[in-house]
Amino acid sequence: MDPSPFQPIDCDLHPAIPTTRVLLPYLDAYWREHITRRGLEADNLELSSFPANAPLNARADWRPERGPAGADIALLRQHVLDTFHTRYAILNVLNGAQILHSEDLSAALCRGINRWIAAEWLDRDPRLRASITVPIRSPELAAEEVERCAEDKRFVQVLLLSQAEMPLGRRQYWPLYRVAEKLGLPIGIHAGSAQLHPPSATGWFSYYLEDYVQQAQGFAGTLNSMLTEGVFVKFPKLKVVLIESGVTWLPAYLWRINKTWRGVRAETPWQERMPSEVIRENVRLTTQPFDAPDTVSQVKTILEEIGSDQMLLFSTDYPHWHFDGADAVPEGLPPDLIRKILVDNPLETYPRLAQSDIAQSDLA
Amino acid sequence: MSRHIVASVEEIAPGTCKVVTIKGREIGVFNVNNEFFALINRCPHQGAPLCQGAIVSRLVAPSPGDYRLERSGEMLRCPWHCWEFDIRTGQSWCDPGSVHARTYACDVEPGEALAKGPFAAETVPVEVEQKYVVVTV
Amino acid sequence: MNVTLLNPQIDTSYQSHLGFIDCDVHPYFKSPAEFDEFLPQKWREHRASIGGRSRQGLAKASNYPRMSPGVGQRMDAWPPDGSHPGSDLPFMQLQLLDKFNVAYGLLAPLVGGSAAERNIDFGAAMATAVNDWQLARFCDPDPRLKGAVQINIEHQQAAIAEIEARAGDRRFAQVNIPPRSIEPLGRRRYWPILEACAANNFPVSLHLGGTAGHASTGGGVVSFYHDEHPSYVQSMAALVTSLVCEGVFEHLPNLKVVLVEGGFAWLPALCWRLDNTWKALKAEVPFLRQKPSEYVRQNIWVTTQPIEEPERPADMLSTLEWIGIDRVMFSTDYPHWDQDDPRFAFKVPLPEDWKRKIYHDNAMAVYGFE
Repeated sequence: MDPSPFQPIDCDLHPAIPTTRVLLPYLDAYWREHITRRGLEADNLELSSFPANAPLNARADWRPERGPAGADIALLRQHVLDTFHTRYAILNVLNGAQILHSEDLSAALCRGINRWIAAEWLDRDPRLRASITVPIRSPELAAEEVERCAEDKRFVQVLLLSQAEMPLGRRQYWPLYRVAEKLGLPIGIHAGSAQLHPPSATGWFSYYLEDYVQQAQGFAGTLNSMLTEGVFVKFPKLKVVLIESGVTWLPAYLWRINKTWRGVRAETPWQERMPSEVIRENVRLTTQPFDAPDTVSQVKTILEEIGSDQMLLFSTDYPHWHFDGADAVPEGLPPDLIRKILVDNPLETYPRLAQSDIAQSDLA
Repeated sequence: MSRHIVASVEEIAPGTCKVVTIKGREIGVFNVNNEFFALINRCPHQGAPLCQGAIVSRLVAPSPGDYRLERSGEMLRCPWHCWEFDIRTGQSWCDPGSVHARTYACDVEPGEALAKGPFAAETVPVEVEQKYVVVTV
Repeated sequence: MNVTLLNPQIDTSYQSHLGFIDCDVHPYFKSPAEFDEFLPQKWREHRASIGGRSRQGLAKASNYPRMSPGVGQRMDAWPPDGSHPGSDLPFMQLQLLDKFNVAYGLLAPLVGGSAAERNIDFGAAMATAVNDWQLARFCDPDPRLKGAVQINIEHQQAAIAEIEARAGDRRFAQVNIPPRSIEPLGRRRYWPILEACAANNFPVSLHLGGTAGHASTGGGVVSFYHDEHPSYVQSMAALVTSLVCEGVFEHLPNLKVVLVEGGFAWLPALCWRLDNTWKALKAEVPFLRQKPSEYVRQNIWVTTQPIEEPERPADMLSTLEWIGIDRVMFSTDYPHWDQDDPRFAFKVPLPEDWKRKIYHDNAMAVYGFE
């Protein structure tokens, strides 16, 4: 289904950084020298989780003649914003700067990325918003970067990858969650791995297909950690958005964590509420990929089993390939749900989206 | 309904349970700090012999890492899937969620944040008469 | 006043009208020395001195301690002599086999440590010993119990030899492969072992648990058993993904794989995700001649425990249909804490022909019982 009549809010797009060179103007002088001294500006910090030329990551008609898909704002306008009459679009950068082992280098590059995105994307189109890119290995430095960027209301979310060095619920991450909750910024957990651990307890797969499919399970593990460690108890106002996570795995997941909780609750006694309730209240998912079943009837059942009309947020996941043409909304969604997914739920999840319009017009 | 002596008071020491069969039903009689309570010996989840479970305390934590032991010896833990039941009332301490069909209202007790589940272990009235523990079945 | 003080009677006469096949039963030992009878002297000494070594920090205890004594046993399953649940055949007969008129019980011995053992010669010796022990202690005294051939998956030669040695012995129903191996089971290095299973008509059972030294989740080492228990689903999904995407079922179309103790409600969405993602990445796996879910439907079965508990009980029916009623087999997981009672596990009435299949006929077909 083509969502353009609704002027949707697109909650996941990926602007590409062709090489680190494009970040040089946005780095502090010290880091500019550090990077050029080491020849790192020529590096393409592509994530293993997202090989840029894989068919899944660059829809054929969205590939430019040269360079990676998603690098050109004019094409992004043409392919997405103008095609879908998009109201707002949230840009999520997927780049290896987030996962570098050296915390300070990672933080410096992430700072550069956030300045770059403000100058070359957000400043050039009032429909665009962005997540704050942060060094995943250092929650403290990540929290600092969030505080720095938060003044610009066009930054609407903190971006993490779902699989890092330690599960995202761990207390070491809490300085970041404290700041995010205080500032009213959702934590966007995007598919992707620092690949410090194999995708599962059974080791490293051979194929990208397998890695990508297993991402859904990675989200299950991440959410479990946030629940069991008590993130939502400690930070009850924190919103978490699972981005590019898949959708249809959710009901079976909810059934299983509820069942486990009834018997194992005593190990983590701060978990007083049924986990599915916490998830429905605090967690959201973007709609692409949907991992659609074969029939519309199955879609209907899955949506009923998800049990909340507030959880889903529209996304195209541009330029990743999950749908053809303008068919960005999965088939089989009930009409009363569609507007919620396309507009209401994103507005409710990201209160800053509309605020920055007001801010912009104040400046004009 | 008739009344049955199940034990003398000394027979069931504090913190223990005696399982008896009355009118074909197994009943666990508990001494909780010298008060007596009785539950039908059947877990509402999958029919486990509930009264063979462990008598435990309520483990709570208002915040992650802040562990508190409350209501020592007042909870019964199903020997199978570890569901926890209040020996006094039979109520299970898991949140019912909103989707199940329910026959009970879910009350929230004053001062406690937990909602009681619909899965209640069936209680049996117990009295102490002179030196005997008496159940009504 | 009435004085009626009755002794509790345990009802052992209940006859399930199903006479079901239990696809997951756990035998235990009364003491580790029980295996010595089946071990060569050299390995007896090794077992007593260095002992088992797997890829975890604790030598003997589980990384993730369970919530019930005995490493997660149901509390009423301790035999009268105080030995470990599952170690006493008469008590197992009382509580399970006779109580429910079980037709066959498929053993999954999670003992001996053969699967995870780093000293692969010791691991292979323990595998053989555990196999002999199953026969002596369980399958011969009670032929309703069928053994699972244990192997150490990293010792390819010994594993194949063990599979071939047990081939044709109808007391063994399947080969038990640890689902948490160093590499996913679909990887080509394991194909010779899978070939031996297929060639000798052994289904492969993947019973979750254990560790190969990797974190339980792709995002790192989780803190609690509360994370670990549901992470088994993630591992099962990874196994299905690997077996399918590596083309194991193209190579071995007759290989049967049984996923044990992983639950099952997660499987339909995994199939949808596999199919949808494969559409964009077909070129990476050109040897797959069907879409991934087709292989799942042809080669993979699931057991029911821990039974899924949908919020709306009727969703169990659609879930089972989406997987395929032919592909689901009932299991108790006796004597573990999260085991299921065959009478009360399903919270929604099943059509009679579904019951027959799930409780009996599917397993008969998969295992070729008469």
